[in-house]
Amino acid sequence: MAGEAHSESGGLEFHPLDQFEVHRIFGDGPVHWYTITNVTMWMAIAVVCITLLLVIGTRKRAVIPNRTQSVAETLYGFVYKMVEDVTGKDGIKYFPYIFTLFIFILFSNFLGLLPMAFTTTSHIAVTAILAFAVFLTVTILGFVKNGSAFLGLFWVSSAPLALRPILAVIEIISYFVRPVSHSIRLAGNLMAGHAVLKVFAGFAQVGLIVAPIAILGVVAIYALEVLVSAIQAYVFTILTCVYLKDALHPSH
Amino acid sequence: MEGELAHIGAGLAAIGSGAAAIGVGHVAGNFLAGALRNPSAAAGQTATLFIGIAFAEALGIFSFLVALLLMFAV
Repeated sequence: MAGEAHSESGGLEFHPLDQFEVHRIFGDGPVHWYTITNVTMWMAIAVVCITLLLVIGTRKRAVIPNRTQSVAETLYGFVYKMVEDVTGKDGIKYFPYIFTLFIFILFSNFLGLLPMAFTTTSHIAVTAILAFAVFLTVTILGFVKNGSAFLGLFWVSSAPLALRPILAVIEIISYFVRPVSHSIRLAGNLMAGHAVLKVFAGFAQVGLIVAPIAILGVVAIYALEVLVSAIQAYVFTILTCVYLKDALHPSH
Repeated sequence: MEGELAHIGAGLAAIGSGAAAIGVGHVAGNFLAGALRNPSAAAGQTATLFIGIAFAEALGIFSFLVALLLMFAV
């Protein structure tokens, strides 16, 4: 979709959304679900990096941690405390899933900031899978744990009786919008940030006077993107924790 | 003609980013006002702060999405 647009615009030499194009790495041809593309390659790189960090970091198990170990331990402790604070003691069981989500999104975001890298989490297809997995898990878990009492989530018993049906409709809508907003927030933030980086990079070719300002702008936005990458991973994870808490304790 | 209208629509959708900025500013500003009055309680509420910012910001992202759809998909 971005490919045909930039031939006629003429202003920029490249299109800011070209960086999100999915293409095959080996040879030409259609992209199937099993084809190795740049998306799957960068996901694999993220998984390898995570495995290396956690395996090497926890191999020695020293009392005084070295740098790798303290990074691994800090990440683990940070997510553990977050799950414990938000969902309570009985949510700790689901910590491995939430930690996996957090560290995968964090590494995808950070690896996407490398020059020439591909940001896998900027694609709604990727984040939608993550968000729908969370949604299905939480919904099934809610019904398994609480049975039909889980429907009490939609029936606000503290509100006046006349208001409850209206509130129930609003609650049901907001429940089913969850996976949509959950996925679009992450993908939209990442995509917008990277597109802005490219737009500022495009300003650098305008002229000698504009170029230093544009490069300063790129540096500033890059710093902002580092922050956004971490915050969006955090937000995705903490919303997962909130949804999990709703499933475990559905009473309003 | 339709292409131009889509571009105008995309520009109008960008107003949503400004509205989201107001929302995020409200959340962060009120958090800061509360945190300065009672700094000891502030640390426990950072999670709530980020959830609030995320909810306010999501709608700005929606408008960005509408703009993108109008530019490239319509």
